[in-house]
Amino acid sequence: MLDLINVSYDTQIPNNVGLSSDKRVLKALEKWHPGYINWWSDLIPQNFQESLIYLRTAVSVDPKGWAKFDYVKMPEYRWGVLLAPQVEDRRIPCGEHFGEPAWQEVPGEYRSLLRRLIVIQGDTEPASVEQQRFLGLTAPSLYDMRNLFQVNVEEGRHLWAMVYLLHKYFGRDGREEADDLLRRSSGSEEAPRMLGAFNEETPDWLSFFMFTYFTDRDGKMQLESLAQSGFDPLSRTCRFMLTEEAHHMFVGETGVGRTIQRTCEAMNAAGITDPYDIDKIRDLGVIDLPLIQKKLNMHYTLSLDLFGQEVSTNAANAFNSGIKGRYMEQRIDDDHKLEGDTYKVWDMVDGKMVQHEVPALTAINMRLRDDYSRDAAGGVGRWNKIIAKLGVQFEMTLPHESFNRKIGVFADKLFDPTGNLLSGAEYDAGEANWLPTHADGDFIQSLMKPCTEPGKYAGWIAPPKVGIDNKPGDFEYVKLHMA
Amino acid sequence: MTKPLKQHLIDPEICIRCYTCEMTCALGAIEHDDNNVVVDASKCNFCMDCIPVCPTGSIDEWRVVTDPYSVEDQFGWDELPDQQEIGETEADTGLEAIDETMAALLAEAHKGAGGKAKAPASASKPTINMYNLGKPAQATVQGNYRLTDETSDSDVRHIILNFANLPFPVLEGQSIGIIPPGTDADGKPHLPRLYSVSSPRDGERANFNNLSLTVKREDRGVCSNYICDLKQGDTVQVTGPFGATFLLPSDPDAHLLMICTGTGSAPFRGFTMRRQRENPSLTGSLTLAFGARRQGELPYFGPLKKVPESFMKKLFAFSRREDGPKQYVQDKLREEAAQVATLLQDPGGYIYICGLKAMEQGVEEALSDIARSVGLDWTSLRDTMREDGRYHVETY
Repeated sequence: MLDLINVSYDTQIPNNVGLSSDKRVLKALEKWHPGYINWWSDLIPQNFQESLIYLRTAVSVDPKGWAKFDYVKMPEYRWGVLLAPQVEDRRIPCGEHFGEPAWQEVPGEYRSLLRRLIVIQGDTEPASVEQQRFLGLTAPSLYDMRNLFQVNVEEGRHLWAMVYLLHKYFGRDGREEADDLLRRSSGSEEAPRMLGAFNEETPDWLSFFMFTYFTDRDGKMQLESLAQSGFDPLSRTCRFMLTEEAHHMFVGETGVGRTIQRTCEAMNAAGITDPYDIDKIRDLGVIDLPLIQKKLNMHYTLSLDLFGQEVSTNAANAFNSGIKGRYMEQRIDDDHKLEGDTYKVWDMVDGKMVQHEVPALTAINMRLRDDYSRDAAGGVGRWNKIIAKLGVQFEMTLPHESFNRKIGVFADKLFDPTGNLLSGAEYDAGEANWLPTHADGDFIQSLMKPCTEPGKYAGWIAPPKVGIDNKPGDFEYVKLHMA
Repeated sequence: MTKPLKQHLIDPEICIRCYTCEMTCALGAIEHDDNNVVVDASKCNFCMDCIPVCPTGSIDEWRVVTDPYSVEDQFGWDELPDQQEIGETEADTGLEAIDETMAALLAEAHKGAGGKAKAPASASKPTINMYNLGKPAQATVQGNYRLTDETSDSDVRHIILNFANLPFPVLEGQSIGIIPPGTDADGKPHLPRLYSVSSPRDGERANFNNLSLTVKREDRGVCSNYICDLKQGDTVQVTGPFGATFLLPSDPDAHLLMICTGTGSAPFRGFTMRRQRENPSLTGSLTLAFGARRQGELPYFGPLKKVPESFMKKLFAFSRREDGPKQYVQDKLREEAAQVATLLQDPGGYIYICGLKAMEQGVEEALSDIARSVGLDWTSLRDTMREDGRYHVETY
């Protein structure tokens, strides 16, 4: 019998999908493999490729087996194809096919829709590795460097996951799409990545933490809704990816939290009570809270754009056809078809912001974005607890969803972070208070000095409360290769 | 008083509310509100499936309680409550193992410390009970070597178990359970027997996910005979790891006096190898007092001779020598009274005793005399050391 829980290493590609007996797909993946390795090798600086990193690798898809830690050189990381165990008699959870058995093969009428969704998801995975490629050089600690590389190798594995689906279920088109995933490149003029936020730079570690908190959280929401897909292999793939994605959320939330903590501690030690006493605070070598708020404003709003238009027929089609569900679809108590339901969305009418009810089916994006905002607000609340505990008078907030938008009803208009419509002059006057300026970026960049002694941390960030895998504070998470 | 209970909790200050644990729990014992993710004590069956899936390390928290914290209590928390003082009986109120049988065995082994043991402050956080009777781990025997002379009637063996891909996080000083196959006289499956791990945390061979045991064949011992007869390639059912106090301090400035007889050397082999791998240049901070009948019956005598005296001072005591009077470990301690006295008064000094129950009395008398010689009362000194996590006894 096929073992579909434990990861099999009998082919070049670790998997729990019985690849060794699926010669066609195995051959296709083996053909794709060298291109992937080349992509990885060209991307990550050489001395990190040679370093031993304390990484987590899944050895099975049951809970005991997917967090095995060991020192690995990144090019030897076991990227593989891992699907969550098949749920017996799983049914399509939403849309017009609600209640029918989940599809094990691609339904012909949804083939191009499905392929497009998989390609868009797949395109984001290598993009973030590309965006973060130089961060290892300025890691504030070996602990953080390990976390970065863990995120990177897992994004690489997520690419594998999507490429497997393309090869297995989409024939020649799928193979071409898989090749294109390695051809496009973040920030490239000729062949950029598909989504805007994935062509932005991740120039420093605070940006990285904000990215993993806000932008990877969009990824998490997309995976959550694809995990509800009636196409069972996609659902199983995304369910397992979510277990890895949780680590990325962790890196983001604790990274920003530790930055905030260090700033507050340094302010207290220096007797500074006014969080807006920016020059003095920066002189301490820490990032002032108003600047952290500006970074938050930027990354949150860029991520909101990833959800697309508030009202979308594409999203309606994906839901209705059972290809993509809602966040926590199974826990929602309704008919799962949204017949006759409405949902509140923003709109601009006569230059004013208004909310009105639209058919819920067309507001799927908006609903997911609202779920996202609620999820994102949780961590902001916990950051505020850190600030309050250290006695500093400041509160981080999520800006209004109209602020700094490039997609949706608020695009082309100017708002402040509380949602007031502004003239161009008003916006220009305030922008430097709301979004990071070049000078802000330069300041953060000036703090980005590597700290590679085990147990030591750069001055702008606090050590974590607990180590990875229960390791003590001075654990050598990365054994750096010395050329 | 109702029997205390080990309650699984989640640290709200570290949890990021990803709900991965909640989705993993097959029993629905984990739930959340807008504030916290919590474990319902009435539903949790300690299967430990949620422990490895947590990305943060917030999930591996335990409190011994008389009344479990309710789900509502936990929803209201901003931080975890401290462990309440609820008693001195280790089996009931300690956190060495989750399942009662193993907790009772360890409590019995720790009795000689004179009170509830505490872990060294700088010890790494141990994982306990990851595998249990219902869901044991399977290991493969990688080697089985006799440590005692062929001519001796004492058959002590060095067994290497390989866990291959299975995570099995273990610290030096912890024990694992081995389940002998078959059934007992009542036709019930055998319960696991406890054995101290004799290799360091990163493996018998570093980074090979294997560990070693030091096992003496006991006359009619169901499990020891089973283990001593294992062949390379055999598979073994393993539970654990267990034990949360008999651990190595991570502090490189800690001075250790390790006193053992026979297979009681197992944890100290792990301690020593860990120190050798982590701090090979340390000098003068380890002392081993090791007793056996004869040199040929002292496990690891050969390898021990190779450890430089500057790295670890070794005091061997042989109770059946042809060339001199009987010597026991306590005699060696008395010979080195000045050094032992210094260690007793050093806040960075640690004492570990491991071996047969019979050794306890003699060792304690020696320590007591040495304490008295420098004007200290042994009982109160021992209690202080134990409370500081610096006095450890594991005898059987």
